[in-house]
Amino acid sequence: MKTLPALPEPDNPHRLPEQSEWTFELIEQAHEEVRRVAQKFGLDTYPNQLEIISAEQMMDAYASVGMPVSYHHWSFGKHFMATEKSYKRGQMGLAYEIVINSSPCIAYLMEENSLMMQTLVIAHAAYGHNSFFKGNYLFRTWTDAEAIVDYMVFARKYIGQCEQRYGIEEVELLLDSCHALQHYGVDRYKRPAKLSLEKEYARQKEREQYLQSQVNDLWRTLPRREEEAHEEASHRFPEEPQENLLYFIEKYAPLLEPWQREIVRIVRKISQYFYPQRQTQVMNEGWATFWHYTILNQLYEEGIVGNGFMMEFLQSHTNVVYQPPVTSPYYNGINPYALGFAMMRDIRRICEEPTAEDRAWFPDIAGSDWLKTLDFAMRNFKDESFIAQFLSPKLIRDFHFFSVLDDDRNDNLHVSAIHDDSGYQHVREQLAAQYNLGNREPNIQVWSVNTHGDRTLTLRHTQFQRRPLNQNTEEVLKHVARLWSFDVHMETVNSEGTVLHTMECKAEKRRHAKK
Amino acid sequence: MVHLIDRRLQGKNKSAINRERFMRRYKGQIKEAVARAVKGRSITDIENGEKISIPVKDINEPVFGHAHGGIWENVHPGNKEYAKGDQIERPQGGRGGAGKGKAGNSEETGEDDFAFELSREEFLNVFFDDLELPNLVKTQLTAVPEFKNQRAGYNVSGTPSNIHVLRSLRGALGRRIAVGGTPRKRLKEAEDELLVLLQETGEDDPRVIELRLEIHHLRARILAIPFIDPFDLRYSNRIKVPKPASQAVMFCIMDVSGSMDESRKDMAKRFFILLYLFLTRAYEKIEVVFIRHHTSATEVDEQDFFHSRESGGTVVSSALHLLKKIIQERYPSNDWNAYVAQASDGDNWDSDSTTCHDLLVNSIMPLVQYYAYIEITDGPPQNLWEEYAQIPAAHPNFAMQKIESPADIYPVFRELFKKQLK
Repeated sequence: MKTLPALPEPDNPHRLPEQSEWTFELIEQAHEEVRRVAQKFGLDTYPNQLEIISAEQMMDAYASVGMPVSYHHWSFGKHFMATEKSYKRGQMGLAYEIVINSSPCIAYLMEENSLMMQTLVIAHAAYGHNSFFKGNYLFRTWTDAEAIVDYMVFARKYIGQCEQRYGIEEVELLLDSCHALQHYGVDRYKRPAKLSLEKEYARQKEREQYLQSQVNDLWRTLPRREEEAHEEASHRFPEEPQENLLYFIEKYAPLLEPWQREIVRIVRKISQYFYPQRQTQVMNEGWATFWHYTILNQLYEEGIVGNGFMMEFLQSHTNVVYQPPVTSPYYNGINPYALGFAMMRDIRRICEEPTAEDRAWFPDIAGSDWLKTLDFAMRNFKDESFIAQFLSPKLIRDFHFFSVLDDDRNDNLHVSAIHDDSGYQHVREQLAAQYNLGNREPNIQVWSVNTHGDRTLTLRHTQFQRRPLNQNTEEVLKHVARLWSFDVHMETVNSEGTVLHTMECKAEKRRHAKK
Repeated sequence: MVHLIDRRLQGKNKSAINRERFMRRYKGQIKEAVARAVKGRSITDIENGEKISIPVKDINEPVFGHAHGGIWENVHPGNKEYAKGDQIERPQGGRGGAGKGKAGNSEETGEDDFAFELSREEFLNVFFDDLELPNLVKTQLTAVPEFKNQRAGYNVSGTPSNIHVLRSLRGALGRRIAVGGTPRKRLKEAEDELLVLLQETGEDDPRVIELRLEIHHLRARILAIPFIDPFDLRYSNRIKVPKPASQAVMFCIMDVSGSMDESRKDMAKRFFILLYLFLTRAYEKIEVVFIRHHTSATEVDEQDFFHSRESGGTVVSSALHLLKKIIQERYPSNDWNAYVAQASDGDNWDSDSTTCHDLLVNSIMPLVQYYAYIEITDGPPQNLWEEYAQIPAAHPNFAMQKIESPADIYPVFRELFKKQLK
């Protein structure tokens, strides 16, 4: 750990005043300094837009997953109320910042923040997160920062119109069901077309007609000739299991009306947009935290900010990166800020001051240019692979990581590895696997559809490590059945492919007969 | 170049609509919680908001996830004592213990109910949902706004009778000083100069003649400044301010004869407080008059009303006489909306009940907006009930209900004050 120089600070004409009140001029000045330093370190960002908002607006933004605009839904109200309650009681501080993966990149500064906090947030969000959004391959592949805000506006308008036409409740029920499946509305392996509002608009009509014609074709009710029907019966549908449940529903649900398909699509698109964020939490927060730390220290060394500023900064920084141990009552899993920040710093250390151990573990990066190495790491990994690649024995020791095996066939838990020579590799692999969304979320796919009979949809849950599904399952199946409009089955199979048990969910009778 | 935007003034309350949707969705639960609150605690606290909790299972948005079971292997920080191969007893039920980390997406962790606060306003909205003040519409329609004249400074125009003399003269004085200042100063100078000149030369000096001429002009000019000018006039300004007609008086009449025991008084009290809360929503100003009676009636304060121990037989008409007297003396109908709630166990002297009926029909009903009679009894209706039962036919603003237990108070109240079909 580098200590701060205790020398008298140089007299810098650009020095920020030692005051906690911010003004627009001071924010601009602070931003300018941060920008200069960030550029010196080579951070490549989208243009920035800083917005000053009130605490209440921060809660709003917080409730609608950070989006500046979103459609209306009761669950956003629920989140708002939960946030408001704990905020008003002082149980939690608000997020200091929210930043949106968009171009320009919008970062919210809360009016209650001190000048130091605003500077910190600018460094963290407007240069840290922003450069991550622009650089990381997942974001580059899956999201189009230019289009998202416009798309949200489109979504809000469209859903608003549907509410007017079909009633708030009807739309709400549909959204509930879509939300229940939103984590299953993404393509994990296939790269989707990026969001583009113009294309969405242009194709909306076309799509309506096309989709409907596809569906109609699939669900043709005209009687067929015997042999033809026989031939098709042996033909599986879908040919391959489908991981994207919402997409499958959007495309094939027999009775959805075009506007309902459009709403399914909206939820799916938004879910897809957030998918990279869910896979890069440790990296993204680690990167942003590393950069606010590095940038502010640089400002201190140059004398732009003074001792008081730095003390205040270090206090909030320390809070953010605190990792309570497993024995602490505050332990709530691994703090992504703590782990991510430590790893980013560690990579720099391995580059600048490698030990023999580092040279053995990281021959490629030990002694290399730290800026280049960090940039490479930021661009080309997600949490899982990042940890698998870069978690060093030193960090495993620093965190006192240990791995615990909980097999319900055993009476006791088993310590499978600790922070020692024989354990490093195992701990690293386990921790990496822990961030694999594929392991975290049950593997549920569309298995088959009875196209010629009762139209039952069968989902298949392939067990991972014999883990059972949670108690919500039945409720979620009801949502699936609502969207599908016919019965839904769910088979749970073990890793050998043997069906262990099946759940059934009858479709509700449609509340409205078709008009 | 950075865009710095101040968003604070816009988009406030952006979540209001989502919050409102949430409330609408959980209306049922919220109403239940409010009803529970009414029953379960001292009713004076209703003035405050209410903490509502809704079971998490009702409010959770379900998603697929893993439950505990099968094989989990989790990495945790902060190992102090364990070595590889150690066995740890499986923690029972609790969370956060080694082996069952949150990172595993385990959904089994116990969660508290979803709790949130209703503001006082929201609470009362739910509380009085679909209730409406009886005859409120009538009062509002007939309330051709009454105005009262109020002074509002001074104006430059008006009727002669409103001329404010002091202000006008003060203005005139100011104007005269302002307009006459320069010539007066010059006059003084000219006179001084003339005096000096006259001692040195004679009247014929051209300069003296010139000065005399100037002095003459100046005097004339000063004299020409009017003492008062239309410009100076100030009129008292009076404006008409709509006078809020929204004032109400609420009469609480309670039978305190021996048969009204503590629990019955308590029920009556709850009812009255409910009425009071209800009225506060419609009226800016509410006065409450408490009348208690046994064989004779007295007007008392709230403390005495509920807690005085004095007791005796029952003559209900005594209270009605007093009611009528108070309304006539202190609450004239054109200024006040009068509401009466009478609580009794219905036990009255036989001959008195007819008197009550007559009093009500002939004198009291025309004076009041609404008269609610609640009979707190678990037995069969008493003679007072029989007499009163004939009133509603001719007077739709009379209502009566029976309350048997505290649980009835709210439903009965709602029944009495439900929205009336128009």
